[in-house]
Formats: sequence, C-alpha cells, structure tokens
Amino acid sequence: MSFPYLTVTFALPAAGAIVTAAVPAARRTAAKWTALVFSLATLVMAAIVIVRFDPGGGQFQLAESHAWIKDFGVSYDLGVDGIGVALLALTALLIPFVILAGWHDADPLEEARPNRRWRPTQGFFALILAVEAMVVLSFEATDVFLFYLLFEAMLIPMYFLIGGFGDRAHSGGDEAAATQRSYAAVKFLLYNLVGGLIMLAAVIGVYVVAGTFSLTDIAHLRAAGDLSMSTSTGRWLFLGFFFAFAVKAPLWPVHTWLPSAMGESTAPVAVLLTAVVDKVGTFAMLRYCLQLFPEASKWATPVILVLALISIVYGALLAVGQRDIKRLIAYASISHFGFIIMGIFAMTSQGQSGATLYMVNHGISTAALMLVAGFLISRRGSRLISDYGGVQKVAPVLAGTFLIGGLATLSLPGLSPFVSEFLVLVGTFSRYPVIGIIATIGIVLAALYVLVLYQRTMTGPVKATVQGMSDLKVREVVVVAPLIALLIFLGVYPKPLTDIVNPAVHQTMSQVDRTDPHPQLEASR
Amino acid sequence: MSAPAVHSLWTTTAADSIGTIPSPHIEYGQISPVLIVAGAAMVGVLFEAFVPRKARYYAQVILAVLGLAAAFAAVVALAADGYGSASKAHIAAEGAVAVDGPALFLQGTILLTAVVAIFTFAERRLDPAAGSHRVDSFAAQGAAMPGSDAEKAAVRAGFTTTEVFPLSLFAVAGMLVFPAANDLLTLFVALEVLSLPLYLLCALARRKRLISQEAAVKYFLLGAFSSAFLLFGVALLYGYSGSVTYARIAEVVDGTVQNVDPALAGTMGNDALLLIGAALVIMGLLFKVGAVPFHMWTPDVYQGAPTPVTGFMAAATKVAAFGALLRLLYVVLPGLTWDWRPVMWGVAIITMIGGAIVAITQTDIKRLLAYSSIAHAGFILAGVIAASPNGISSVLFYLAAYSFVTVGAFAVVTLVRDAGGEATHLSKWAGLGRRSPLVAAVFAVFLLAFAGIPLTSGFAGKFAVFKAAAAGGAVPLVIIGVISSAIAAFFYIRVIVLMFFSEPRPDGPTVAVPSPLTMVTIGVGVAVVLVFGIAPQYFLDLAGQAGTFAR
Repeated sequence: MSFPYLTVTFALPAAGAIVTAAVPAARRTAAKWTALVFSLATLVMAAIVIVRFDPGGGQFQLAESHAWIKDFGVSYDLGVDGIGVALLALTALLIPFVILAGWHDADPLEEARPNRRWRPTQGFFALILAVEAMVVLSFEATDVFLFYLLFEAMLIPMYFLIGGFGDRAHSGGDEAAATQRSYAAVKFLLYNLVGGLIMLAAVIGVYVVAGTFSLTDIAHLRAAGDLSMSTSTGRWLFLGFFFAFAVKAPLWPVHTWLPSAMGESTAPVAVLLTAVVDKVGTFAMLRYCLQLFPEASKWATPVILVLALISIVYGALLAVGQRDIKRLIAYASISHFGFIIMGIFAMTSQGQSGATLYMVNHGISTAALMLVAGFLISRRGSRLISDYGGVQKVAPVLAGTFLIGGLATLSLPGLSPFVSEFLVLVGTFSRYPVIGIIATIGIVLAALYVLVLYQRTMTGPVKATVQGMSDLKVREVVVVAPLIALLIFLGVYPKPLTDIVNPAVHQTMSQVDRTDPHPQLEASR
Repeated sequence: MSAPAVHSLWTTTAADSIGTIPSPHIEYGQISPVLIVAGAAMVGVLFEAFVPRKARYYAQVILAVLGLAAAFAAVVALAADGYGSASKAHIAAEGAVAVDGPALFLQGTILLTAVVAIFTFAERRLDPAAGSHRVDSFAAQGAAMPGSDAEKAAVRAGFTTTEVFPLSLFAVAGMLVFPAANDLLTLFVALEVLSLPLYLLCALARRKRLISQEAAVKYFLLGAFSSAFLLFGVALLYGYSGSVTYARIAEVVDGTVQNVDPALAGTMGNDALLLIGAALVIMGLLFKVGAVPFHMWTPDVYQGAPTPVTGFMAAATKVAAFGALLRLLYVVLPGLTWDWRPVMWGVAIITMIGGAIVAITQTDIKRLLAYSSIAHAGFILAGVIAASPNGISSVLFYLAAYSFVTVGAFAVVTLVRDAGGEATHLSKWAGLGRRSPLVAAVFAVFLLAFAGIPLTSGFAGKFAVFKAAAAGGAVPLVIIGVISSAIAAFFYIRVIVLMFFSEPRPDGPTVAVPSPLTMVTIGVGVAVVLVFGIAPQYFLDLAGQAGTFAR
C-alpha cells in the first residue's frame, strides 16, 4: 500500500485542532504557535500532494479506499482530481495566513475571564484547524456520503467561530455586538443546515437509485447503462443537491446569510468563511451536480445562469451602496460567486477552467483585501467607511496593500483574478452571448465599489479619527506580502494552475456529455 | 329429555377425561434476564424490610447494578448461543415470550440504559446534605405531605427513599418483557408491570414536590386510560381471532388458520373487530412512545418527575414500547400493512412536525427535551413504517443510539442548580459556556446529536431510519422528516446560542460537581454519540443480525 498522502493532509490539521485545544489555559502563545506549525505542516503536505499529482493521469489520483459503514454503503474513499488539488492547495495556503492574521483576535480581555478554565484562544485556533481539516477532506472525498458528512459537520466549528469571536471594539457596545453576532451565527447555521438537510434527502435518494455512494462506482454504472434513474428522479435529486450548494456558495436569493456572517465575524474568520468554506459549495457543483446528474444539469442551466447573473449584478449593486467595509466585501463576494457559478454552468471548457481558477484567485484576492481591511478596522474599531479618510498619508503601506487587494478584486489585468474572470466571460459568451454581455456590468460595478471604497477611506484629508494610526506591523506584512506576490505571479503566469485544472475540466465536460461550441481559442494555454 | 340425559349436559364421568394436566413447560434459561431482574427487585423489597437504614442505600445500589449486570450477561449469553439469529429464535414459555433478535437487542439496550440511569438515581452529591446525611434526588419520605411537619422530620432524620431501586428494577422487568411479549395478555401484564412503578417514581421528587405529584397523577390517569384502551383492544382481537397469541392472530389475519374453535367461528374473521381492536392496541402503544396525538402527558410528566427518573423513562420506556409496537405490526399485523400504513404515516408526520414546532416555544429545558423526544418518536416511526427488515434494524439502531444520549442529557440537567434545586428554566442557562465550559460543551454535544448533525449518533440513526423509509417507498415521509429536522435544529441551536453566546447572568445557577456515578452516565452518553456517529458499523451489524422476529 502506498503512503496515504490524502489522509495525512487531512489528519494533520485535525490532530492540530486537538493538540491546540489541549494546550493549558495560561499558555496562549504556545497554542498559537502550535496551530501555526500544524497549518504549515499541512501546507507542506499539500505541496507534496501537488508534486505527486500527475495532471495527465487518471481522474482520481492518490486514491485511498477503506470500508467504513457497510450498512449505509459508505466507504472512506479519497482521491483528487485537478480541481480538488487546486482547492486543496488554496485551503492549505490560506490557513497559515488566517491564523497569523488572527493572532490577537481571541486574546481574552483580562477583566472578562469568568474562570481559569475559560480559554477562548485555544478554542479559536482549534476551531480554525478543525474547519481546515473538514474542508480538506471534503475536497478529497469521492464518496457522496462522506462528502455530505463533512459538508454538514463543518458548519459547527464555523458557527462557533462566527458567534463566539467578534471584533474587539464595536460601535454599539458589547451587548449589542454579542446579540448581532449570535444572530448572524444562527442565520448562517440555519440557512446552511436547511440546505444540508434537503441535500440529505437527495443523498438518500441517490443511494436508493444507485445502491452505492462511490462516485467511481456510480460512473461505472452510468457508463454500463445500469443506472436506472428516471429523468424526473434525476432532476429532483439534482435540485436537492444544488439547493444545498447554492446556499453554501451563496447564490441569489439564498445569499443573505453571508453579509451578516462576514460583517459580524472577525476578518480572519470572514476570510475562512468566504475564501475557503464557501468554495466547497462551488466545488461541489462541479463535482457532484454535474457528474451525478448530467441530464438535470443541462436542464437546469438556463435558470441557474439567470440566478448567477442576478447574483453578479445585484451583489455588485449592493456592494456599491454599502457603508460597512466588511459587508461591502461580502456583497462583492456574492457578485464573484455569481461569476463562478456562471462559469460552471456555461458548460464550456474555458468557462469551467475559468470558474476553477476563479475559486482559487477569489480566495487569494479576498483574503488579501479582507485581511488588510481587518487590520484597518482593528486600528479604529469601526467598520464604517465614513469613519476613515486619508489613511494613505498616515499608513502608506496599509493603504498600498489595500489598493492592490482591491484592484485584484476588480480584476485588474496583470493580477490573477483577471485571468479567471476573462475565461469565465469568454466561456459564457461562446455559448450564451447575451448573458456574457450582461455579466460584464459586474466588472464595471466592481471598479466602482472598489475605487470608491479606496477613495473614501484612503485618500482625501486625514480625518481626526485616523490621526496617528500606525502602519502595518511586521506580522501583518508577513500576512499580506505573500498573498500579493501570489496575485501578481498567477496574474502574469497562470500556467502552473491551468495545467493542473484543465484536464480535470475536460473530464467533467465529457461526463456531462458537452463539447465546446465553435472552433475555439486554445483555452488559457 | 330424560334426567340422566339432562344431567350429562353438565357432568361427565371422571375417569375418562381428567387425565394429567401437563405442567407448563417454561424455558427458565431463555427468560433468565427477566427472572434475574425481577428476582433482584424482590430481594430489594426484602432489603427494605430487613437491612438497617444506614446500609440500605449501598445494599440497594449494589444489588440493582449487579442484578442488571447479571441480566445483561444472560442476554449476551443467549445471543452468543444464537438465539438472536433467525434459525434459533423461538417462542418460549408456552407461547408467551419470544426469544429472538429484536427482543434480545432491545433487552440488552434497556438493561444498559437502566444501569446508567441507576447511576443517576444513586447520585448523592448534588443536593446539599440535610444535616449529616447526604441526599439524592428523591423525597425523604414519599408519604409525608409536602410542607408538613412529617416531611421536615423525615428530612431531619435523613431518610431517603431507597425504594426507588427495587421500583425501577420492577419497571425494568416489565420493560424486558414488553418488547418480547408474544401474546396480548403478556403484553398487557408487562405494560402494567412497567408502568405502575414509573407512576410512583414520578411522584418522588425531593424538590418541587407538588409539581412532581401532579405529574404522577397526570401520568397515572392518562396511563390508565391508555391501558384500558389497550385491554379493550385485546378483548376485541380475541373476539376476532379466538386467541391472544400473536402467531394465531396473524394466521387468522392472513386467512391461513386451521382447527377453528366452533364456539368462536361466528365472530372469527369479523374485520370490524380486527380493525378496531388493532387500532386500540396500537393506540395504547403509541401512548407509551409519546406519539402525537397521544403525547399530551409527555411534557408535564417529563418536567415534573425527578430528573433521573425522566431520563430513565424517556430512554428505556421508549425502547420497550417501540419494541412492542414493532412486534405487533410486523408479527401480528403484516397482513394488515395496507391498512395500518396510511394511519401510521399520518401519526409519524404530525408527531415529527408537531414535536418540532411546539418545542420551539418552550422555555423549560426539561419540557424542551420532552418535545424533542416526541419529535424523535416521529423519526423512529418513519423507520417502523418502512415495513422491511431494514426498517426493523434501523429502528433498533436508532433506539440504542438515542437512549444513552437521552439519559446523558438529563444527567447534565441535574447538574445545573441554583437555590431552588435544578435550574431548568432556559434563561438561567445563559452563559453557561463561560462559567462551565466542559458541562456546556458536553450538553452541546448531546444537543447536536439530538439535532442529527453528521458525525454524531443522531445522524447515523436518522440516516438509517430515513434510508429504510425511502427504500420502503415512503419518500414524502423522508422529506417531511428532514424538514422537521431543520425545524428541530433551530431550538437545539437556540440552547447552544444561549449557553455560549450570551452573557452569564449574575444570579445564574452553579454547576454541581457530581460523583463518579453521574460522570460515568454522562461519559457513556458522549462515548455513544461519538462511537455511533463515527464508527457505527459494529452496531449496525448487530442491529442487522437482530432484525428478524420469531413467529
């Protein structure tokens, strides 16, 4: 038996979560370093997985398979395709930055320690690692049931992260902050739980129809023509799955939990949520909706594209109107998720490659923007745009990194999100020209909300509230600089990523039984 | 007609017909679990009479635990002998009791649940000691009026009601027979044997005695009604089939009966008798499982009863009653499946939805758990309705997973206390996660398991019953099931929010440090949540092998 790379990649953060949680209450710094070391070890392991991964090889590589719950037809089946590897790498990459950015976010205030066993710091970092472990495993799972378990289970640590840890200073006072935070956490959990439970019904349906949960077995059954799924059954099951993923992604009109969850949680948690956890939703659309229900996917495409389009324009419009920095970024993310979903369901190879790249690039660019925004907010304790002004004069490095993060968010050519947004638009345009054209409105609005945000907070006369604001500290630069470097590198030279992603996309396309329309440009090579 | 001829109508010559009456053939070995528990209960009664008061508590606890453990060993021995498998399962004690897979599985579950429940009965570190005497959750003297001088004297003297141990053993004995009963009279007797001690136990709370006694009266009255329904149903079914044994009734239902007693031929096969009788018996059982619309007693009784008793009742009674319901539906009435299924569909739907919705408005943790147990009864009914071997084993698995968690959850409730005893009002639980992170975390684990979050026992159980139901064609039921799970999740989450995300109240409750007894109970609950959630295969296998009824 070969070395279980994928299991180890998942087990490292899981073990890290347990070890971090077990660090004694007084040793807060030790807990932080423990978490950081485990997340870095996971990153190393993810790098090894990328090296071992052969883009030209079979569909699911580094596969592992063990019997688990025979009665449910469930096995512990792991394997990664190019899309899974890319997102695995993104997750492993972002978590150390999340931990580093949140270094002081969970330090207990000395006066607010009800007893000596109260240790929020350990809990905070353990929960982050727990989320990482579950997300990693969900990218690796090739068993529908195993995936479902993680899809649901990751809500619980995420819920505690949102509800249990908020920004230090809050305009409405501690009481109001706690109320709003627990409201946001409950909203997050209920939306996703309802989505997940509806998916549960569909998961059971898959078992009743196919008699197995293994993706490979189901593919074999389908290839051999032994899968007796009627058209209407397939469509119902598709809807069950898609609803859960649309809530997670999130897609208009089930997106409303995201702005409140991102607004109320600390910046690192918001990054974890939107850059890492939400990617499971879009990933699952590609992996499960399309591969399990190709017919139903094609059937639902027009409606989904329209919903994605609404997400793009509506998210961007609301972002323009926001007064709260974090909620602005949240609405921008909804717009971006619209692009990702549009790319997936355009059913062209450029569209899907673009969507996959988009997931990775959106993760990096949102992380950069949100974390810098978090640093800014932690300095003044306000999330309101109107409380800032002229920051670039007092904290030029902060302003500069904020600008680059913002430009990445608006997909400036030369930064990596441009590549993916371009591919998504080209891919959509080649099959659905009208939708592709309307979607470009999203880009225009992105320029508006990002630049206006920058202008209001960073330029102009220095406001009194901003006087004497410190610039980025070393820890904060260490967080932001690599992300920016990566944005530029992948913007200029996306080939390493596209090489990994493209074969997997072609594989998906062939399973959905779709070919690209028209003679085409060779996508992104 | 001549005199001798008339005379011969009611006499006969003795020599001809009075032969030897065969003594009933009882397989003592096979019903030993019941005999051991009942025997231990009787020894417990003798202990009450003859053991000095000081030593009574220890003697009773040890006796009860040993009795239950010995009975469990007997169950395991029987299962190891192969009585659980379809080939060797059979009907013992002249047709009164079945010894088969479901019976043994459920008996094992009941016994283990009872052991951990007895641990919470025996807990004496939570209530402040009365003088030099440590006290448990039970009234000093049940007969002393609440607030009377007699009560004060009893408390001062340090009396404790050690009778609870033999009483609970009697209840367990009834519960062991209940899912194994193979004729309607045994079923009824078992029902009474399990119910009567429970009525008493409900009335014995040390604190809030009036509510406790009120709960007992309500439980007794409604329970008596349901027993009467059940008994009436038994009579009608006897009229229908001329027999009370399950196998015989099933034969009549199926139309394969032979040797009809001429005296009963007239009414035999009268479908009105069958339908009404079956409905009444099922009603009696649904009362015990707490299904809507027979659930009215549940919240009041769960709230009023001493919390250890509530936990015991919520777990073990439910296991026993579902066992009896399964056997009735699968052994006696399979020929009637098309008739009972639509009705049970309706019951399952309103039970799931009703339990979940009403639970949202609850402000008392015990009432909340009561409604949650109603919702769970609905989920289990979904598995019952599957009418397939998978349905049986999924219900068995669910019951095993559910019972330990329930006992554990109520054990946690006993820990959170203020001056008035247990602080069961939800508002008092605010901020518990800050004061006592460990207790709150454990309770959160139980709540997540109740909510059916993946990687907990609740999810595995729910998945098993829903899968069986979907495979049995009850897809709408599954969809309603997941919807009501989502509703139910809301109120479980609400408690978690309260515990972790609210500020502690200055006058909030304290968390008592329990003795190792309660810790074991809670620990077993947590272990079951995790093991059944993450690696349930062994228990699914066990339930799968146990999924065949003897007939």
